[in-house]
Amino acid sequence: MLARRIIPCLDVRDGRVVKGVKFRDHEDVGAIVDLARRYSAAGADELVFYDIAASARGATVEPEWVSRVAREIDIPFCVAGGIRSVDDARARLFAGADKISINSPALESPDLIDRLAHEFGSQCVVLGVDSRKIEGEWRVHQYTGDPDKTRTDERRTLDWVAEGLDRGAGEVVLNCMDMDGVRDGYDIEQLAAVRAICSTPLIASGGAGRKEHFKSVFELANVDGALAASVFHKGVMQIGDLKAYLAAEGIRVRP
Amino acid sequence: MTIALIDTGCANIASVRFALDRAGLDHVVVTEPAGAADCDRIILPGVGAAGPAMERLKARGWAETLPQDGRPLMGICLGMQLLFEHSAEGDVDGLGLLPGRVERLPRPDGLVWPHMGWNALEGFAVGEPLLTGISAGSHAYFVHGYYVPAGRVTQAQCDYGVPVSAIVRQGQVSGCQFHPERSGAVGARILSNFASIKA
Repeated sequence: MLARRIIPCLDVRDGRVVKGVKFRDHEDVGAIVDLARRYSAAGADELVFYDIAASARGATVEPEWVSRVAREIDIPFCVAGGIRSVDDARARLFAGADKISINSPALESPDLIDRLAHEFGSQCVVLGVDSRKIEGEWRVHQYTGDPDKTRTDERRTLDWVAEGLDRGAGEVVLNCMDMDGVRDGYDIEQLAAVRAICSTPLIASGGAGRKEHFKSVFELANVDGALAASVFHKGVMQIGDLKAYLAAEGIRVRP
Repeated sequence: MTIALIDTGCANIASVRFALDRAGLDHVVVTEPAGAADCDRIILPGVGAAGPAMERLKARGWAETLPQDGRPLMGICLGMQLLFEHSAEGDVDGLGLLPGRVERLPRPDGLVWPHMGWNALEGFAVGEPLLTGISAGSHAYFVHGYYVPAGRVTQAQCDYGVPVSAIVRQGQVSGCQFHPERSGAVGARILSNFASIKA
């Protein structure tokens, strides 16, 4: 049977991997290819690279490093950040990325999802959703790469996920902003609500701090994968140890 | 030993090229059969959707030459599916090199569609050369919404609510439903095994 995926997320800014807390105050954690190689060797099932400033500054990720990553690693990886057109996506996919993830540009022009799915197939198209609770409702946020530009979208998270899937997204990464970077556990309630309406793979993001958090999110929210950044970048846990723990707890992982 | 890597123009072949580079396997990217004249084996990589891919294979002469070819051939992902007689994806006829049909994966209870992620390879056929050195239960990376039900050309399978063909073979015609180029050390070994098959 299918294994649950452990996915280190590498936030990229100006060619380096960085990590902030609640999307703010980024610090440098290393070079892109070095970290990609290290996580791949450590047993990561997949990698996600977010060019966190790209949407806010209107620039796109550099395909040059996409190709360098693709040459080096032998696990799948996804590239996100500022992909606004079919051509932007093609450049990254043809450079060797397995998937592209779109977030703010999809909110600006939802039909970008349809066009990407038609051109490359749904399996390449990941819908990234940044979401937090506002006045009792989960709402989508835009331009989260830059705190000065981040804004709440009018759309409700559950509506937007349903629309994205309808338009052809093949996977959803739900980043629960209230939990991001604080290592207090995944937002099980929100993830379970999205899981209930999500017929494609769903990846949890935001809040991993301890091994138990991964167990909970797989067991209670039934997500297909769990994404985490700071716990891996800062060496709080090793992927091998995490997987051994999950396997001992009866959760199917790739050894 | 040189592998011809078929570029249909609608596929991302960068990852397969890089994987062959990492494994130290000599290869050339070819668009038409004439380009593969000096090669001793052929890879048909995963490509977008069945319909457009078959159109390209026909337009460039592959649909005519591959059935007579005789060199070791390995299809990857959609490339594997195109080796069969027919695909439900777009209701198109395939190359017909292997018996069987490609069906839409059912969405079993509690599972999502498409099948995406690392799944365990099981049910190894004795003597399958692509599986040399690979243990049953090893994981490989799958991404697909259509599948070939496990049947008589199946050499390894995985479980996704239904038994899914993971490796197929009949004579020199073989295929992997998963992506060896993205399946870590297991995938690298499978590519090397393909390169070692006697032409």
